[in-house]
Amino acid sequence: MIAENIAFGVLAASAVLAALRLVTTKNVVHAALYLVVVLASVGANYILLAAEFVAVVQLLVYVGAIVVIFLFGVMLTRAQIGHESELDNDQRGIALVTALFLLGILSYVLIDFFQDDKLPELTGVSKATLQATRGTGAVGDAIFSTYLVPFEVVSVLLLAALVGAIVLARRD
Amino acid sequence: MTFALELSYWQSTILRIVGVLVAVLIPAGTLVYVFLFKMMSHMQSRLGPMEAGPHGSLQLMAEVGKFLQKEDIVPTKADRTLFTLAPYLVVGTVLLVYLAVPFGPDAYFADLDTGVFYLLAVSSVSVIGVLVAGWASANKYSLMGGLRAAGQLIAYELPMVLAVVGVVIQAGSLNLQHIVSVQAHGEIFGWGGIGNPFILTQIVGFGIFLLATQAELTQTPFDMPIAESELVAGYMTEYSGMRFLLFFIGEFASAGAFAAVAATLFLGGWWLPGFGFDNNAMNIVGPLVMVGKMMFVAFLIFWFRFTYPRFREDQLQTLAWKYLIPLSLVNIMATAVLKVVF
Repeated sequence: MIAENIAFGVLAASAVLAALRLVTTKNVVHAALYLVVVLASVGANYILLAAEFVAVVQLLVYVGAIVVIFLFGVMLTRAQIGHESELDNDQRGIALVTALFLLGILSYVLIDFFQDDKLPELTGVSKATLQATRGTGAVGDAIFSTYLVPFEVVSVLLLAALVGAIVLARRD
Repeated sequence: MTFALELSYWQSTILRIVGVLVAVLIPAGTLVYVFLFKMMSHMQSRLGPMEAGPHGSLQLMAEVGKFLQKEDIVPTKADRTLFTLAPYLVVGTVLLVYLAVPFGPDAYFADLDTGVFYLLAVSSVSVIGVLVAGWASANKYSLMGGLRAAGQLIAYELPMVLAVVGVVIQAGSLNLQHIVSVQAHGEIFGWGGIGNPFILTQIVGFGIFLLATQAELTQTPFDMPIAESELVAGYMTEYSGMRFLLFFIGEFASAGAFAAVAATLFLGGWWLPGFGFDNNAMNIVGPLVMVGKMMFVAFLIFWFRFTYPRFREDQLQTLAWKYLIPLSLVNIMATAVLKVVF
């Protein structure tokens, strides 16, 4: 377990440090790239938790798509090299309150739900059993049977966003 | 199966890292030499790469030597850190793509449960490197090139993913080793002599995948990001010497990587008809078979590159969004229906 703990420590530290730099840096493009580090560290943590599928989704959706769109948009509109002075605003108080509120809610939900539960030790379980019970196939089965309705609702939501984007883009 | 020597975790990890480096550099060098220096020169009557050594056989050495000698220039107004980081980002993602491709029953770097999905995710990260290279150069041609590249890579990632879905449906797995196994054990109307390579049933998917690959690699006719008549050299304008060499290696190594992926998904991977699927000899023969198939797919890619002139930016977007994506969706539907029927 020592190797996992060291890996977790490194990943957690890089995620937190990059997150701090993300909000303190004076350049939008640098901020977007720190976001890549944060998201990739979180994705690597999913691999430590043996959630391979979720980790790959994290990489594909957040790093490969969302940050790329961020960078694309920022570079098309305003992205000068060096420090930018207008990046700061006076909403630190509100941001602090929101962040603490979110931290409180998430901690409460997690602690309340899991109480003293611990993840089962996976040593000694064969690879085939692991893949059948927690592998990508199992995730797919769960999405298209137990969680079919939420899945469809999410796709309708995305469709609505898509239609909205087209409406905004077309001004004829 | 028993090995004569048991390797500890770190020993096998080091072997794999060295293996990935070899698997990236050797195909990259081979592709540059065979296709860029020889095939293109003969097709287009270029005399340049004929001078170094007999029939220009030492041209590759000459090129590498030239790049290593060049002065390392960073533009004054460039963002120095990101400018130096960008080429490594691009090359790094290529190394990660090779990780999931199997070369034999036991000759793989990582047997990933998410295989194909992982590949597509990792290859989408290289866009960041290109965008950063374009922006950090502090040059409007570079920035335009970076933006064009990003728009193009985003547009062609969709048909690529959708083309692969057909194969995944037919194989019933994302794992590349399993996809090879399904093709090896498949039968063509009850005849299992050569297995059932998915190019036969997924010929539409193969075509879309190759076109999308061409665009993802920004090879002509999809090379607007580095169109020399408009943008000097696009996002690579300010790069010279070693850093340009890195981009160059990245370009050809990813051509090799995508050729390997296409060979695995559509041409039966490392399996050779006549050998058992778990035959230990395939660990030696398999990589050679893969290299052969990679060279074939790469030949198609470069043949296309040397033959056609460049698209216009709007033609490129139209091709992706109006033709390739609908076609690949139809392909998915047809595959799904046939999978359920048979």
